Amino acid sequence: MSLSASPDGVSSGTGPKRHEGGAPRLELRHVTKRYGHVVANDDVALAVAPGEIHAVLGENGAGKSTLMKIIYGAVHPDAGEILWDGRPVRIGSPHDARALGIAMVFQHFSLFETLTVAENIWLGLPRSTKLRDVEARIDAKAREYGLELDPTRHVHALSVGERQRVEIVRALLGDPRLLILDEPTSVLTPQAVEKLFVTLRQLAATGCSILYISHKLDEIRALCHRCTVLRGGKVVGSTDPTKETIAGLSRLMIGADPPRVVRAPPHPGVMALHVLDLSLPQVDRFGVPLDRVTLEVREGEIVGIAGVSGNGQQQLLAALSGEDPRAPANAVRLFGTPIGRLGSGARRRLGLHFVPEERLGRGAVPGLSLAQNLLLTRREAIRGFGWIDRRHLHGQTKGILGRFRVAAPGTRAAARSLSGGNLQKYIVGREIDAVPKVLIVAQPTWGVDVGAAAQIRAELVALRDAGCAVLVASDDLDELFEISDRLYVIARGRLSPPVPTAAATVEQIGQWMSGLWEREQETVHPAPGANA
Amino acid sequence: MTLLSPILALSITVLVAGTLFIALDKDPVRALSLFLVKPFQGTWNLTELGLKITPLILCSLGLALCFRANVWNIGAEGQFVFGAIGGGGLAMWVTTHGVEVSRWGFFPFVIVAGALAGAAWAAAVAYCKDRFHANEILVSLMLVYVANLFLTWLVVDPWKDPAGWGMPKTVSFAASTTIPRMFPGMRLHWGLPLALLAAAAMWMFLFRTFKGNQLQIGGLAPAAARYAGFSPRAALWTTLLTSGALAGVAGAFEVVGPSGQLNQGAASGYGFTAIVVAFVGRLNPIGCVLASILLSAFRRGGELAQGMQIPPALTGVFEGVLLVTMLVCDTFIHHRVRFGNGGPAAAASSRPTP
Repeated sequence: MSLSASPDGVSSGTGPKRHEGGAPRLELRHVTKRYGHVVANDDVALAVAPGEIHAVLGENGAGKSTLMKIIYGAVHPDAGEILWDGRPVRIGSPHDARALGIAMVFQHFSLFETLTVAENIWLGLPRSTKLRDVEARIDAKAREYGLELDPTRHVHALSVGERQRVEIVRALLGDPRLLILDEPTSVLTPQAVEKLFVTLRQLAATGCSILYISHKLDEIRALCHRCTVLRGGKVVGSTDPTKETIAGLSRLMIGADPPRVVRAPPHPGVMALHVLDLSLPQVDRFGVPLDRVTLEVREGEIVGIAGVSGNGQQQLLAALSGEDPRAPANAVRLFGTPIGRLGSGARRRLGLHFVPEERLGRGAVPGLSLAQNLLLTRREAIRGFGWIDRRHLHGQTKGILGRFRVAAPGTRAAARSLSGGNLQKYIVGREIDAVPKVLIVAQPTWGVDVGAAAQIRAELVALRDAGCAVLVASDDLDELFEISDRLYVIARGRLSPPVPTAAATVEQIGQWMSGLWEREQETVHPAPGANA
Repeated sequence: MTLLSPILALSITVLVAGTLFIALDKDPVRALSLFLVKPFQGTWNLTELGLKITPLILCSLGLALCFRANVWNIGAEGQFVFGAIGGGGLAMWVTTHGVEVSRWGFFPFVIVAGALAGAAWAAAVAYCKDRFHANEILVSLMLVYVANLFLTWLVVDPWKDPAGWGMPKTVSFAASTTIPRMFPGMRLHWGLPLALLAAAAMWMFLFRTFKGNQLQIGGLAPAAARYAGFSPRAALWTTLLTSGALAGVAGAFEVVGPSGQLNQGAASGYGFTAIVVAFVGRLNPIGCVLASILLSAFRRGGELAQGMQIPPALTGVFEGVLLVTMLVCDTFIHHRVRFGNGGPAAAASSRPTP
């Protein structure tokens, strides 16, 4: 599927207001940055015109983040120069960057959960500013760009999408002349992405330049005027993305044709995981209560759960993994065995494995080695009296690193020293290697580069072909359409009826993500499969 | 990196100590040598040092285990006192009932009595935390005072030596109940080798067994422990009972070893000093042994320095300075202080939540 370039997208008429012959808002020349022997940025050139939405495309590790940190003053280049409105500048710190009018929205938010939206933004403002004025300004700015945001709400009560809005509004409050967005759509519904694009186009129309970092090619084609592609720290191309095909951009980005997951038709077997009428009150007042959730996963199929994050996925998956054992025993069944009250260890012994969304701190302990992290879910190396057979443990870890092509210095490397994609490969690999009967995966490829993502998806499909029941919850609709056989949608703690992926459309699923499935469910998509 | 801040902290503590001695009009070199050199000179000093090292190792091992599992037991002192009551009570019973025992035959019973009593007192902390979610820092600390008052009540009323002219103490225990000594004429007993064995066992447990690994994961990343299915309740009870038992054994050794009777002085501060030992030892069993030697030297130095009219309370001051400077050093090694208007970047660098 693709978010095709919409009519209000990038036809030649709505291009940036280029001041012909005028200096670019930002220009980088021969920018180079080395970390030891690694050249993160190698002789990079980049020019962004006023009012231009400029994509920086590249895989994880291509040097995008380093380049943005250089522009934002957080990292100093070893060589090269930066020109702002045609004048050479030295951006020594993020403070300097903000003084020039550069704002940045990071992929990982810097918000204090215990404070309100306004208080979070207030923190970064001069001390003399009054909180009430901040609230008024947030309100005004949010209205101006059609962003729904209540400045008095606490951040921990906000969904990821709303948190991103806080970051965007915080950036906009400074009336930036260049806005940098790092992977902004990874947490949004297609509709929310469209809304964000409207906001960004509106912003660009006022003359603000936008640097848009992403590896989602369809979005770049729909939104951006120019596209600079990085590979291995070098600029390998700068094009008009609307004139390129997805395959063409992809080839530029990874230097090869994009890997595709080949999927044979499913052969569903017996009912593996059965959730029946599961209702759970929220744990605290910020959680999402689950409301009569019914879900079926059979052996040999991949079932996807789509939805905007913060709609009950966390709660549902915790109730399935056993981290939240409050469910009535019979509401969750594993091959007919009631498991609703069992803890995660007991469920794992029955063959149910889980890959959580948070890699560091939940799926892995940051400060411990990869080998020690194996012990979170694997017990093969444990001998009598709980003695750890270290040779076996390291051998087993090494096997997983090799089989799943995890780039790590060794089995003793701390989990936190791995890049997000490699750690995710390790965690997914750890669970797949256990030969589970049921595997539940949250956000299998969040923040993972294209190559690693394709590898993880292929592994999931292989697991399903081997007869495992796989349940995948993801914010990434493309991914769900690519790998799942049936889809559910979760919205406000309620789960839609299932729909075969082949019969679903992005538009329909997008609409269901807002909770609107009752009206059409009978007419368009009768729930397939009888209840067991 | 792990050694940097204890070494820095020790240097700063020595500087502070030297300054204090100058302020007190004492020769700083002579005074400092009493704390850092003299305790290690001669058989008598060395064995006296070993006598202090024993309870410090035992208490700090348990605390290191607790702290690694994120269970903040700071009441080892109370568990020590209860161990003293357990071991002392048993020895008193044997003495007053005239039971025939041999030193080596009675030794294991002392260990068991001390361990059970100390673990029982720690169990109160675990129960309050488990059942009522009571903060273990407050409960364990306050139970120290309860334990001390209980001990006082015992020695002024039911367990008082009838022939003791009303002194708040028990009878002197029969010689057959005291722990076997390692060297004739010295007070050092076989508790020290046992404490070293305990340190080795604790190291094995923490770094070579699945259970030890589980407990530490619970402390490092509670969400990962929940994901893995490690029970936080099991961790709470295991760590507190183990720590209480170790402190209890230390307490029993103290009364049935050098003291030979139970009196109000059984609460000797070892349980609190052990907190400093555990942190200076980086919560590592081997580090705990080394730090126990250092802190014992401070204590022994405090005793030796009384000859120079230096107040013994200075030992406590040095312990405090050592702990505080080490925690400060840790903070400065891992964080950077920025002054002035940091703006959003400062907020971002302090601790962003994803």
